[in-house]
Amino acid sequence: MKPGNSTILIVDDDQDYLFQLQEKIRRFGFKTITADGQREAELLIEKVKPDLAIVDLMMEKEDSGFILCYKIKKKYPGLPIIIATGVAAETGIAFDIQDESNRKWIKADSFLEKGVRSEILKEEIFRLLPLSPDE
Amino acid sequence: MSILKILVVDDEPGIRGGVTRILRNFRVDYPFMEEAIEFEVMEAPSGEAGIAIIEENPPDIVLLDNKLPGIQGIEVLDYIKKKKKEIIVVMITSYASLELAVKATSDGAYDFIPKPFTPQELKSSIENITKRVFLKKMTNKLQDAGKQIRFTFLSILSHELKAPLNAIEGYLKMTKERQLGPNLSDYDGIIDRSLDRIRGMRNLILDLLDLTRVESGKAKRNITDVDLLKVARAAIDTMRPYAIQREVSIVLQGDAPLVLPADQEEIEIVFNNLISNAIKYNKEGGTVTCTIQKKEGHMRIQVEDSGIGIGQNDIENIFDDFVRIKNEETKNISGSGLGLSIVKKLVDHYSGKIEVTSTPGQGSTFRITFPINTPCL
Repeated sequence: MKPGNSTILIVDDDQDYLFQLQEKIRRFGFKTITADGQREAELLIEKVKPDLAIVDLMMEKEDSGFILCYKIKKKYPGLPIIIATGVAAETGIAFDIQDESNRKWIKADSFLEKGVRSEILKEEIFRLLPLSPDE
Repeated sequence: MSILKILVVDDEPGIRGGVTRILRNFRVDYPFMEEAIEFEVMEAPSGEAGIAIIEENPPDIVLLDNKLPGIQGIEVLDYIKKKKKEIIVVMITSYASLELAVKATSDGAYDFIPKPFTPQELKSSIENITKRVFLKKMTNKLQDAGKQIRFTFLSILSHELKAPLNAIEGYLKMTKERQLGPNLSDYDGIIDRSLDRIRGMRNLILDLLDLTRVESGKAKRNITDVDLLKVARAAIDTMRPYAIQREVSIVLQGDAPLVLPADQEEIEIVFNNLISNAIKYNKEGGTVTCTIQKKEGHMRIQVEDSGIGIGQNDIENIFDDFVRIKNEETKNISGSGLGLSIVKKLVDHYSGKIEVTSTPGQGSTFRITFPINTPCL
């Protein structure tokens, strides 16, 4: 499976983080599409089907990431989703995502901390991609 | 309906039975308490039995005789103070003497009822203690709630500070690795973004300082007769360069004198935030109208803009900490989300009111009323 054939959707309301992550993922060899929030992402997935999505947790609302994850899975059941978190903040506010039972409800395939090393991010993406139903 | 547990430790069955009878149908009910309080009485014939009950089923209040068959009441008191600090102890003893009363109180007994006591004397003492217990529980609840709010605030704050730092760090790394090529001018975009993020952090810190000032309560407040028109004019002048940039015109209306006993810096913060928002969230070429009036013992300040407005869903939370409206139109508007929450806290200090009405696409109006004669808190 060549990365060049895969499109990754990145959703984050921090435009600088979005730009930097997009650059990083392009360097891994992937195509990318981006959305700057839950609303834009929901419109985007109506038009395009990505092969994997990386979604920020807190956007318009504290749980925008969760809701978006749910909606993406509903539309594209097999699509792998990584939720990016600024861990310290989120565990203080929203659900306790360290808790296994909450993670199951959330339906994401992986949780990564924002700012995690590139190698780890790359590994996760490659690990999840073959799970995409179209492959 | 709440129940307080009372343990009576006395070797005389008559006393124990008496207390049970007297308190069985007794209720304490005050307007400031949400619910009436009733009592469950447990009995112990000795200090040892009393301690056993305290271990297994801790009471809220202990009625303690001093003369007991085994260990003495004063030793039970000692034990309670060492192990269970929340239990309130009332000494009941027929060998009443000043010396004993003093010792027991200094050892931690809350009250002292000499035997024989009438039902009314017992009830009065219990009533008193009940109020105290209730207030302590409320204080604990509020402290816990306060801790939770503080924790949430700090979590969000650390997130708001980390995000720009991560962004700037990311751009510096890109620069170090020459990811955008060898030409320095190709890096102008990310340099400008970094400077924008730094500006955002600086504003956040300034707002935090305002917030600290507002919330600390220890800040020296200098109450003088503040000329509201003068403060409004100064705020408008400060914002003028920004208003000109966006081609927003600002009008100030009000008939002098409009004077309010207040801390001038606090009133400046109020005007600065409202006018800054009115310009920021306005349309190009729009207007801001600031009106100050004195009516019926109140000062009314109104700031109206012809801006993008606020939706019904968003209006509810707009005075909360860190709340910023995030949508298509506000994407490029920066802010800490603390401005309005600071204004609201200040208005509350003056026992004033703040409200907002808005029509999305047309504009918003913020109205503050300050009572003139209420001493500010």
